[in-house]
Order: sequence, then C-alpha cells, then structure tokens
Amino acid sequence: MTDVFALWRWQYLWNDRMVFIKGLWTTIIIAAGGLMLALLLGFTFGLMATSRNKIAKSFARVYLEIFRNIPLTLQVLFIYYSFIYSGVKISPTIVGIMALGLCIGALISEIVRGGIEAIPKGQYEATAAQGLTTLQTMRIVVLPQMIKIIMPPLATQLAVLVLNTCVLQMIAGNDLMYVTSNWVANGTLSYGPAYLVCGLLFFAVCYPITSMARRQERLHLGTRR
Amino acid sequence: MIKLIDVNKSYGDLHVLKNVNIEVKEGEKLVIIGPSGSGKSTTIRCMNFLEKPTSGEVWINGERLTDKNKTRLVRDNIGMVFQQFNLYPHMTILKNLTMAPVLHRLMTKEEAQEVAYHYLDLVGLRAKADAYPNMLSGGQQQRVAIARALCMKSKILLFDEPTSALDPEMVQEVLDVMIKLSKENITMVTVTHEMGFAREVADRIIFMDDGRILEEGTPDEFFNHTKNERTKAFLSKIL
Repeated sequence: MTDVFALWRWQYLWNDRMVFIKGLWTTIIIAAGGLMLALLLGFTFGLMATSRNKIAKSFARVYLEIFRNIPLTLQVLFIYYSFIYSGVKISPTIVGIMALGLCIGALISEIVRGGIEAIPKGQYEATAAQGLTTLQTMRIVVLPQMIKIIMPPLATQLAVLVLNTCVLQMIAGNDLMYVTSNWVANGTLSYGPAYLVCGLLFFAVCYPITSMARRQERLHLGTRR
Repeated sequence: MIKLIDVNKSYGDLHVLKNVNIEVKEGEKLVIIGPSGSGKSTTIRCMNFLEKPTSGEVWINGERLTDKNKTRLVRDNIGMVFQQFNLYPHMTILKNLTMAPVLHRLMTKEEAQEVAYHYLDLVGLRAKADAYPNMLSGGQQQRVAIARALCMKSKILLFDEPTSALDPEMVQEVLDVMIKLSKENITMVTVTHEMGFAREVADRIIFMDDGRILEEGTPDEFFNHTKNERTKAFLSKIL
C-alpha cells in the first residue's frame, strides 16, 4: 500500500506538472466563462421571475425547473452531442461554459429572485412617491440593497461552478479532473499523488471563495443595513 | 390642488372606496380620520397613484393624473410620509435627503445638501446627517422621512398614519414637527388617529367609514356639534 505514494511517483508527477497546471487553467477559464454566462442568465431570468408580466414569469420558471432538475452531466452530454450530430465541431471548453452557465444561471436566477423579493414593498412606494422611474428604482434602491443580500449565496455558487467543471471529463474537456484521470490512466497509474494534488488544487481555488462568502454573510448579519 | 372625483377602488369583490369626492385647496390642512378599514389610507394613496382607482378621476394642480404622467406629476407636486418611514437603509441620512432632488436635477449636489441641512435643522437632526437609518429611533427616522419629503420642495405633503408605527413616547416629537409645518403655506393631507393633532391643526376634517365619506367639517363642527350618529359613536370610543 505504501507504494501508492512512493517517492518516484511524486517525482514523475513533478516532471509532468505542466499537465496539471494546464488542466487547472482550463478549469478556471471554463469557470470564469461559465460565471459570466450564469450571471447574465441569472439576473435576466431572476428579474423576469419578479416581473408582473405573466409570460416573462412563466418563461423564467420553465428555465429554472429544466436546469435544476436534470443532472448536469446529462446537460453536458446533450449539448455536446447536439453539436456533434448537427455537424458542428465544438470545443469542449465552449460546451463546458454553456452547460455550466445555463445550469448555474438557473440557480442564480432563484437567488436573484429571492434577493429582490427580500426588498420591502415600502422601498418601492418611497421611490414612487419621489417620482423615480422603475429603472431608477432598480438601479439606485433595489439592486444595491439586493447585492449585499445575495453576495454570500452567489459566492457559494461560484465555488459549485468551479467544482462542477469535473463533469467535463465525460467529453474529454481538458479540465483539471480530466487531465488528472488521463494522466493516471495513460502513465504509471500513480493515482495516489495525482488525486491528492488534484484535490488540493480544487481546494486552493474554492476555499478562499467560500470563506469569503462566510465572512460576507457574518458582516451582513452584523450590520443589517 | 388635489381633486378626487367619484373615486372607486375595488380589490376583487372587496369594494373599499365608494364614490369618494374630495377637493383640497392650496395651503389647506386636511385631516382624514375613521376606524380601521374605513378606506382612509387607500384614499390618500390614490392621491399620488400608489393605488390606482378602479374608476373616477384624480386631478393634481389642474392636470388629470394618469399612468403616463404620474411619475412627473407626483415628482413635481407631491411628497409623502409613510407609516413605516421607508427610508433607504443603504444610504446615509444626508443621501436619503439629497438623492431624489439631485437625480431629478431640481438642484445641484451642493444646493441639495444645503437644503437637506436646512430641513434637518427644522426636524432637529442635523447631527445625524452621516448616520444610517438603522442607527436612529423610530421617531427620528420619521422626522428624517418628513425632511426627505420636504427636500423635494413639493407644495403638497401626504401623511399616511405617520405616528401609528411609533412607540408612544416618540409620537409627540413627530407631531411637533408636523405642527410646525402646518404653519407654513404647504398643503397637508393627513390620515391619523391622533385626535389632538386633528383638533389643533386641521382646517377641515373628513370622517370616513366603510369606504364612504360620512361627514366633513371644521374641527369645531366635527368634535363638538356633530349630528351624525356614526360619528358620535366613533368619537365616544376614542375621546
């Protein structure tokens, strides 16, 4: 058993370190792209979910229910093979950004809706009484208060997004998880050091995000303004 | 200044305002009283379209209030003070006062701050300019809310039960500010349960019950010489 973590395996991994660094980089790119898309979709559909327009509202609802009730892996495969079979060659990175963006976007839309609904009705009445337009009300009064409320759950979703880049190994996504497994399978079967390093890298990226979320939350509960 | 003509308001089957007609003259201090659920809050909220009447007309300063012009008409003419204060919790007191006037380009930032300090002096809270609303007591917050409404330089101020959410010992500090204001030439419409205030400040009192105006008159007529049985019953309970 001690052979799993034998020294030569670590040396071997060190020699191939660029593989892991590239994998991590791909994961970060996918997470960053996915976050942009997820924020865009999340805010758009979250705002739609709170609108008085019934069509917009149900549209947002359908989006949310589809993407939060189907496994992410299946979404990735579906998007990937849809493109492949329609003859479009698509990079797994783009598929990853799309799938994660769509999925996490749905979860963020729910966070945004909750955040907006947490703003008391009196705030809207105060701005109406002061002659602010709907857009001004959103920009000056609702969004600034809402951002504070949703920051912690939003940061949590960002960590979830980074971790979920793992599902891209199904389509050879060159993400950190994929390159790790690949490196193990095609080499010396040094899965001990490989998985340990892979886990540490994920932890190193996500821990600062989640602990920031927790600090933010405490801060928010502390001052309540 | 304000005219309600045959205003009706229904929520589904619930008919809360029934043919309400009110005309408020310039500079007049009108107080609306009545039991809970009588429609007095709905009435005052129709005056700036926080509630849109189901039927009937609202006129402000010779212009008919519609969905299209309400933002401008309300901004230019009417300020409001709410039962729950509704200050903006993420802004300092000073910013609460200056935000809308600066946004609407009624004044520059410097002018707005000068005006804000003037009204903070009036309500006795200049020292709180840099505080946030949650650091203030209820009475202080409501005085700030009054100053905020004044900063818009509106000619009409609506007060929707301004003291109902306050602890008893804070009611008077808010009423004192309102009494001070009543000496100015602004048009005030107040919904309240404070009979002492109504007696002292009102030019005219409107008594509402079950969505209708039952009686209107001067404080003297209303408190001392009413013939209306419903009014008598109401007054006997609260005086």
